[in-house]
Amino acid sequence: MSKGIMYIDGKRVAFDGEKNVLAVIRKAGIEIPTFCYYSELSVYGACRMCVVENERGGIEASCSMQPRDGMKIRTNTARLQKHRKMILELLLAAHCRDCTVCEKNGRCKLQELALQYGIRNIRFQDTREKFELDKTSPSILRDPNKCILCGDCVRVCEEVQGMGVIDFAYRGSKLQIMPAFNRKLSDTDCIGCGQCAAVCPTGAITIRGDIGRAWKAIQDPTKRVIVQVAPAVRVAIGEEFGMEAGENTMGKLVAALKMMGVDEVFDTTLGADLTVMEEASEFLKRLENGGPFPMFTSCCPAWVRYVESRNTKYLPNVSTCKSPMEMFGATLKAHYKTMEAVDGKGAVVIAIMPCTAKKGEAQREEFKRDGLNDIDYVLTTQEISTMIKENGIVFKDLESEATDMPFGLGSGAGVIFGTTGGVAEAVIRRCSAEKNTNMLREIEFCGVRGMDFVKEATVTVGEKELKIAVVHGLKNAQDLLKKIDAGEVSYDLVEVMACWGGCIGGAGQPTGRFDQRKARAQGLYDADQLSQIKRSEENPMIMALYNGVLKKNRHELLHVHYGKQD
Amino acid sequence: MENQLNFEKAEEILNAYGRQPSSLIAIMQDIQSEYRYLPQSILEYIAAGLDISIAKVFSVATFYENFSLEPKGKYVIRICDGTACHVRKSIPILEALREELGLSAKKHTTDDMMFTVETVSCLGACGLAPVLTVNDKVHSTMTPDKAIALLNDLKEGKEDA
Repeated sequence: MSKGIMYIDGKRVAFDGEKNVLAVIRKAGIEIPTFCYYSELSVYGACRMCVVENERGGIEASCSMQPRDGMKIRTNTARLQKHRKMILELLLAAHCRDCTVCEKNGRCKLQELALQYGIRNIRFQDTREKFELDKTSPSILRDPNKCILCGDCVRVCEEVQGMGVIDFAYRGSKLQIMPAFNRKLSDTDCIGCGQCAAVCPTGAITIRGDIGRAWKAIQDPTKRVIVQVAPAVRVAIGEEFGMEAGENTMGKLVAALKMMGVDEVFDTTLGADLTVMEEASEFLKRLENGGPFPMFTSCCPAWVRYVESRNTKYLPNVSTCKSPMEMFGATLKAHYKTMEAVDGKGAVVIAIMPCTAKKGEAQREEFKRDGLNDIDYVLTTQEISTMIKENGIVFKDLESEATDMPFGLGSGAGVIFGTTGGVAEAVIRRCSAEKNTNMLREIEFCGVRGMDFVKEATVTVGEKELKIAVVHGLKNAQDLLKKIDAGEVSYDLVEVMACWGGCIGGAGQPTGRFDQRKARAQGLYDADQLSQIKRSEENPMIMALYNGVLKKNRHELLHVHYGKQD
Repeated sequence: MENQLNFEKAEEILNAYGRQPSSLIAIMQDIQSEYRYLPQSILEYIAAGLDISIAKVFSVATFYENFSLEPKGKYVIRICDGTACHVRKSIPILEALREELGLSAKKHTTDDMMFTVETVSCLGACGLAPVLTVNDKVHSTMTPDKAIALLNDLKEGKEDA
């Protein structure tokens, strides 16, 4: 890693290990524009917006320059401004300009930079042919007409998720981004994680919206609308309203939902507690029966889709537990069926999730009973914040409200499900025989926390030493599977989350970089710290459920066998 | 038609290159000379064999003009439209052939799978302009009439490529 001093717009700036000049410029407090640059992904150098001028008047892309000691560059000369404006004008010339009705309106990088650079007139005609929208994925919507070919989606799909579902195709003026053979997304192995939509600077890939259907249900007096809120949502939604990442705004969210006309607001944390109970007992049963090991967690629907499509030999290793959302959905529907008989109000369950793959999960055949989905609609954190804004609610100033009973109570173990390592930690808490505070501290430091891509921990349950791995980012998970295949490593339990950071980094969240993800994770650990109930089995609601609605059909409501129909 | 494709040959080609993803282009060139185009199922097969995504394989296959994802006719006629051939009137030859065979800028191959008509940017035979090739045989100083006569010879089997 190089070290030294460079001069940016005449100012001395020290650099120490930054991977390119662009990073040094941003460190110096200059917000240089980019479309195709994400510090976590590989450098591509496609958009040319980050160009700088060197002492000899040469123009280079700063994302692709190594910092050198004594280097002198300027970031905002007349030539550079002209250059950037021309790029924007050309991009806009070949781009649909129906900004006011675009899904990405207000959050579009192209729109933002066009405004910042004062583009008022497009001199060139749009001669491109029009392409069809791909509406086949339950999670994302692809509109090739709004694509600026920055390739962010291609890189995130390949480098972070290891899926490579979309790539560049054709060449020159015919260049497009598409799945192989221009297939529809539903005909590919797309896992629906939505990370491509999260990095897309324009409206070319967006998240499938369910806002209209959700409003219709909420405003229908013959329906009882029941909302469940996932753990990761509460520490991120505040960002949409100018609050800090990691600030726990669950109380405000409950208040907002009530104002919008939702009948009951519950906490998916209770679903997570159910998952801990079921997954821990499944794990202990596997220990008795000798496997199959490793047991993989099943909370992440994108991960499940990956195993189903590309690594079916591990299907028996995936826990039969439904995800917390689906467990909770099934439980809620079963519970409210009896209520419906009394007042005739049909239950509509809406899940507020940090995740786009959940939209696909909710529509799966396995989660339909009597022809009805256990979860009717999934709204992302972004969608619910849009609805809150639509209702004119000043989120920041809301007085906090508590979730409703009987399903509003969750444990600290359930809350940390939203971050990588949380599921593993919750299961360890459940399995460990000692139930004191010291043990909790020990578990906290056993190695499952933090943002390392692969974390390992060894815990003792009874007389056995158990090896646990926690992995996030599907690419990292695939690399780990290869190591397991090769016999280089072996584990008893592996927690997998497809998105970096776990659910807090889901594509339904307000978009965030790694620092924000860390802050959100901390927010969940703080919530756990403040929670009086630390372990799932100590949640009084759990026992009530097992003795109540789950008594007769616990397996049917809480478990699923993926891949059976094939 | 694709169902009857023979994967053994593809397997052989993959092994000849040691299943290296870096040899993708060379592998596809061999596949194309073996099958005369890049069949979809074979591309899927080599993507799996090289452990790279099918989208990546498709990306490379569509980048190069020389790769074809569609089956080509028995006779592939390439009309040179490089600068020299163009100024010596290659386009009327192209138009004459297209009209005779019922082809267009979108449809390159006849339904009976006999003829494929394409343009290339330069065949490197500018001194013989305008030129065309039938499979790998070069025909020099062409005119629309000569091209139609050549076509008829090919149909009657008088000329082989």
